Amino acid sequence: MDQSKEKFAQLQELIDSLKNQPGALMPVLQGAQGIFGCVSEDVQKFIAEGLGVTLSEVYGVATFYAQFSLHPKGKYLISVCLGTACYVKGSQTILDKLSEVLEIPVGGTTPDGKFTLEATRCLGACGLAPVMMINGEVYGRLTPDVIPGIIEKYRAKED
Amino acid sequence: MEEKMISLTIDGVQVQVPNGTTVLEAARKAGIRIPTLCFLKGINEIGACRMCVVDSGARALQASCVLPAADGMVVKTNTPAIKEYRKNILELTLSTHKKECLSCIRSQNCELQKLCLELGVEFGDKYEGIKNDYTIDDLSPSIVRDNNKCVLCRRCVSVCAHVQNIGVIGPVNRGFKTAIESPWGFKLNQMACINCGQCIVNCPVGALHEKDDTDEVWALLADPDKYVVVQPAPAVRAALGEEFGFPMGTSVTGKMASALRRLGFDKVFDTDFGADLTIMEEATELVERISNGGKLPMITSCSPGWIKFCETYYPDFIDNLSSCKSPHQMNGAMIKTYFAEKMNIDPHKIAVVSVMPCTAKKFEAKRPEMGHDGMADVDVVITTRELARMIKKAGIDFNAIPESDFDSLMGESTGAAVIFGATGGVMEAALRTAYETITGTKLKDVEFHEVRGIKGIKEATIKIGDSDVSVAVASGTGNAGKLLDEIRKGNKNYTFIEIMACPGGCVNGGGQPIVSAQEKMDKDIRVERAKALYEEDRAKALRKSHDNTEIKTLYTEYLGKPGGHKSHELLHTHYQKRPLYTD
Ligand code: SF4
Ligand code: SF4
Ligand code: SF4
Ligand code: FES
Repeated sequence: MDQSKEKFAQLQELIDSLKNQPGALMPVLQGAQGIFGCVSEDVQKFIAEGLGVTLSEVYGVATFYAQFSLHPKGKYLISVCLGTACYVKGSQTILDKLSEVLEIPVGGTTPDGKFTLEATRCLGACGLAPVMMINGEVYGRLTPDVIPGIIEKYRAKED
Repeated sequence: MEEKMISLTIDGVQVQVPNGTTVLEAARKAGIRIPTLCFLKGINEIGACRMCVVDSGARALQASCVLPAADGMVVKTNTPAIKEYRKNILELTLSTHKKECLSCIRSQNCELQKLCLELGVEFGDKYEGIKNDYTIDDLSPSIVRDNNKCVLCRRCVSVCAHVQNIGVIGPVNRGFKTAIESPWGFKLNQMACINCGQCIVNCPVGALHEKDDTDEVWALLADPDKYVVVQPAPAVRAALGEEFGFPMGTSVTGKMASALRRLGFDKVFDTDFGADLTIMEEATELVERISNGGKLPMITSCSPGWIKFCETYYPDFIDNLSSCKSPHQMNGAMIKTYFAEKMNIDPHKIAVVSVMPCTAKKFEAKRPEMGHDGMADVDVVITTRELARMIKKAGIDFNAIPESDFDSLMGESTGAAVIFGATGGVMEAALRTAYETITGTKLKDVEFHEVRGIKGIKEATIKIGDSDVSVAVASGTGNAGKLLDEIRKGNKNYTFIEIMACPGGCVNGGGQPIVSAQEKMDKDIRVERAKALYEEDRAKALRKSHDNTEIKTLYTEYLGKPGGHKSHELLHTHYQKRPLYTD
């Protein structure tokens, strides 16, 4: 909790330093993304108030540029490769299966904050296609039926 | 400063215009109307839709609404390539558009529809676009947003953010997913939208419209157990005629009264009566605050958009607000007490319908404090546009209908009430009464021209007896904010302020007939409609609220005196601080 207080203090500093410059919104958002790892609703409201702009403006910019994520990432980031090799070998079905098992869309995070599901470009492990990565650990030659088991393993891990 | 004139040729026609004129405006001077879609004079000049492109000899076609005319420029506005270009834009727009012109609220007054007709675009799906399927947001008591018809022109966004200084809607996402919305999936009623409807009257299409409450009115009219009383606001009479082909600025008071009667209302009263009543209460409140050291400046409270703006964005001014309810609310309260008693009707059987130039009045009427004994002062609010729709639906020939008067008891009004519909009008009406109350002498000239006109912020010092009373008038919440900022900083000091949420006042309210951006280039609707009101004022036998004979009767028979006990119970209200977001 104090950690979050610290982060908001850091953001406040950034806002104060840029406040009177035109076009401050973009660098403040970038800074916030760096500090928090995402620009959530609370963070955006804080920025709007700090800079004296509307939440509409902040949200508009944040959703226009792909570099900003609106929600915090889950504890485990699952990236499924959609590069050509993996795609040809059926990585879309892997992605669909993950989405089904986790009950979230691609790009989403589970409500318990444990998993975030992402599609990525080639991970450079084409020999193992189709491939996915969970927090840096690579899983290759995947078929949809092995997915529930893998997820179960992570679910069972204690925090 | 002397304006430098420049000369250019448009479609072979030579025109002279002041330096700084756009090619779009210059073309109008040459009698050429270049089609536009996103352009809104003075408000949205962003060159986004490219409907207005012209050939100025540059390598690419240029958007004329943002292209400054230059000396010696040769412009073509209508080449085959341009026509093709424009047609293509429209076809692309249509490919994602929910096309339902047969039933659309804006049909026959839609800028997109008109462009398609004029430019010969077929309504089929040339580009079979994938359509975004947006949920219609109809949770606000005043505003409905249907993004399936939005053409992304951003006119609503500019008005809301820059004219009204509110900014609760804006573009979100990018590319094909771009939409105009509130942030974080909030609905409009969760945002601090003040319900002013300025977004609606500036939208070119049917993507924005008022919450239609006419079905409720039809149901009341058909209910034999209900005694239905109607009252139209001052500004309605100055604009309703436009819906039936009368030129802008025609006052249709008598025809409106007849049409309301034909629709089947049991009594046709006038909100102007309520306006006179408001002045009696408000002038009394002002005089009291001045003589008893009450909170000053006192600020008017007739405009519910302004009230919500104050409660949300300037809560430190809540104590400055007059405690008077707005005229139609006062009328509603009097109809369900004074009138009901006099006519011996059970007030629970009475329904009051207000016809207003305003979408925020729909919100106001639902405020829990606007009523007594479990009865709302006003049961339904419909806008000028909704009334026009009802008249058409009922087959009433508005052009042929003869004129008639309002019903007596609460139908009489003075010129002071009529001008409530224009910015500065409430101030002027209050001054007429306050002056005579304070000095005990008759005004030689009842007209206060210092507070008239469409300037966003007006200031004046009025001599009343021995004292100088400094007053200010602001219209449009953006201007209101500027004025209040100055007071906050201590740079300005006034005794009495009038604020209306809509630029130009109620004549330009969010519930009024919609005028296209093209027509607004030629005419200022705030000026034209206000003229009708000031003319009606001049033609009235009585021009000061305290001279209204029915008001006098109301006080002697029922209320006692202005600001008295009964008044406070029925005609006054209170306000509350409001949050920016509600979950
Ligand atoms: S917005 Fe205009 S074009 Fe679209 S359905 Fe309505 S009338 Fe037709
Ligand atoms: S009603 Fe007024 S405040 Fe609300 S979105 Fe429209 S312009 Fe903005
Ligand atoms: S809602 Fe209307 S005014 Fe707003 S962007 Fe869409 S079409 Fe334009
Ligand atoms: S770009 Fe000129 S009207 Fe839209």
